[in-house]
Amino acid sequence: MPNPFAIQTTVEDGLSIITLEGFVDAHTAPQFESAVQSEVDAGRVRLIIDCEKLSYISSAGLGVFMSFIEEVHERGGDIKICGLVPKVKHTFEIVGFQGLFEMLENQTAAKQSFAAS
Amino acid sequence: MAAIERKFTLQVPSSTENLALIREFVTTIGRQATLSDEEINKLELAVDEACANVIEHAYGHDITKDVSVRATFDDEKLKISVIDEGLGFDPAKVNQKSVDQLIHERRSGGLGIRLIKSLMDEVNYEIEPGQKNELHMTKLIKK
Repeated sequence: MPNPFAIQTTVEDGLSIITLEGFVDAHTAPQFESAVQSEVDAGRVRLIIDCEKLSYISSAGLGVFMSFIEEVHERGGDIKICGLVPKVKHTFEIVGFQGLFEMLENQTAAKQSFAAS
Repeated sequence: MAAIERKFTLQVPSSTENLALIREFVTTIGRQATLSDEEINKLELAVDEACANVIEHAYGHDITKDVSVRATFDDEKLKISVIDEGLGFDPAKVNQKSVDQLIHERRSGGLGIRLIKSLMDEVNYEIEPGQKNELHMTKLIKK
């Protein structure tokens, strides 16, 4: 079986960094949604989703990004995605996320992007 | 000589917990059918989307129901059928919204059917709600 799902949230310098590991599908997406919801509820709307260890995502996971981005933008924040492996990046690109979300090489680049904005 | 057709079937309880198992099954079949890694990735995602739709919508997370995935392949094509006995719906009648519209409406769903159609070479349905619904997806094997 593929590596299991894991999620971790850290907050540093006003940025919430949610690290995904393993697969995000219809079974695990609710945990991802809950993690993003917790940050938004706490007023933390500058989010980095680190996908370096994410091996697979289905539309259930993509849906989490879609359902929060408008509210996050309205509240002056953003969701930046970093560390996508080619397989996962391809899934993001099929649905056209490259025009809607900033995708960066790694966490450092994502932090720099927030610092510059 | 006629090409030999190989058949495989996986039947699992209708739970999202089993999606990982379904993905392993179709990935293994894709390898046996000599699909490229890129094509296997597409197959894996399309079948996951189809089965998640059945588990969440056709069966409403009723774990007493079963989802079947039937795979047949020969030298030219791999056909995967996702079979359920739930409340079938005709995806052709679903009003497909753009990703921009879905975001504006703060929707998390609505991408599955679009993905299946863009990932597979042929997609068609046989629907008898409450009796038997079959979603057939075909991937051509490029030599």
